[in-house]
Amino acid sequence: MSETTPAWTVVALPLVLAGLAYSAAAMDAGLRSGGGIAAPLREGVRLIVQQRRRMHAADMLLVRAGVLSLPVAAVLAAAVIPLGRTAVWDLRVGVVWFNAMEVVAWASLWLAGWGVNSAFPLVGGYRLVAQGLAYELPHMFALITAALGAGSLDFGEVAAAQHGLWFAVWMPVAFAVYLLSALAMAFWGPMGHPLADDLAGGAAAELSGPDRLVFFAGRSALLTVAAAAAVPLFLGGASGPWLPGWAWSLVKTYAVLALLVWVRGRFPVLRMDRFMAAAWLVLIPAALLQALVVGIVVLT
Amino acid sequence: MQAVAFWILAVAAAGSGAAVFAVDSMARATFALLASFLCVGVELLLLDLRYLGVLVVLMMIMEMLVMAVFMIMYMMNPGGLMPMTMVHNHRWAIGISAAVFAALAAGILLIPWPKRQGTVPRDPAFSLGQAIMGPKMLVMMVVGIAILATMIASVVLATGRGRYDRSPGREDGAK
Repeated sequence: MSETTPAWTVVALPLVLAGLAYSAAAMDAGLRSGGGIAAPLREGVRLIVQQRRRMHAADMLLVRAGVLSLPVAAVLAAAVIPLGRTAVWDLRVGVVWFNAMEVVAWASLWLAGWGVNSAFPLVGGYRLVAQGLAYELPHMFALITAALGAGSLDFGEVAAAQHGLWFAVWMPVAFAVYLLSALAMAFWGPMGHPLADDLAGGAAAELSGPDRLVFFAGRSALLTVAAAAAVPLFLGGASGPWLPGWAWSLVKTYAVLALLVWVRGRFPVLRMDRFMAAAWLVLIPAALLQALVVGIVVLT
Repeated sequence: MQAVAFWILAVAAAGSGAAVFAVDSMARATFALLASFLCVGVELLLLDLRYLGVLVVLMMIMEMLVMAVFMIMYMMNPGGLMPMTMVHNHRWAIGISAAVFAALAAGILLIPWPKRQGTVPRDPAFSLGQAIMGPKMLVMMVVGIAILATMIASVVLATGRGRYDRSPGREDGAK
């Protein structure tokens, strides 16, 4: 909506996001199954030509709404994250918008799990709602802490406020909480309980064919967006020597993304009720204390 | 352009609001209501009330998800798979809602709207907060934190562990 952003960026945004999400999927395939860089492509083609399965009396409208809203939310969230120094949508409350779009995944998973009319996906959908209630408060406090340090809810201003000292360095607790919730918002790796093997695939168990492709592409895109948002929030944004700003944004995004992908193969899936207790008893107080420390530093 | 978007969103908001009472599943009703709220949120964005609009989008998605859990858990149609309706007492309901709508619409037309004084502030959400809370800001912030602490504490106190939910490592029935 900003006049200064050229129109071609609107077209470029989904392409860049798709490229990053694809490389996340390729990294994941390489780390976990030894597949090459073409592994996600092969899987995608297989899913496109696969015949759809369908449960009796499935609510396909809700399933489609859930599946499609995943990549749409990822693109809308990416619109406010600056690549280099400019974002496609120069929104002054970008951090809140990012938060809102990432919550869409709760609805997506619940809709997809509910709509297919099958028990395991239903349980998986409810698990993400529980997981959301567990991770969302510490996550919001982590976002607020970064915004508090910069005195702004604008990604660009938050990045600019880290001139010299990254927020990741002097707000380590908020950064750690953010990384944990980045896993949770993309229900990835240790936070993949909604899609866990003990539910035979959970919320995605009955998805097949193109539906499944869009769902998992949307999840990769969400993970990518979560990694990309960490860059302006905690890693100094586009600043860095020698390379241009957009290159530094990409390099840092890739670093966070690689970390998140590596975590998936390294750590077991956390059970939701255990994570809930840890989130409310440990993460929320820790995030609040971090916010207090940052608040005192900002005031003095 | 903005006027077109406004009208599309307005019709969509009213339409999906009406759909809440037309669909036959609790899940669809919940998400029709969510769609209606999201349209209202984008309307606020169109009015340049950026913060309020984004906040409506954020809060409504979370709220409706929690609503979906509770509505399907408690209301007349557990499972939500059998046909249901949101309308009770059909004839009276239509009469009452028509009367309320007529009264509100008449209010819009009959009220002498004040002329705008001054210009639009740079940050309407900030000015609104100043106008509402102004000198009481410190009190409001403290109250806000007290409410949050109360919510967290009451939830923590309410989640007593059940028979099958003992902490691991305990001898009496840890899982």
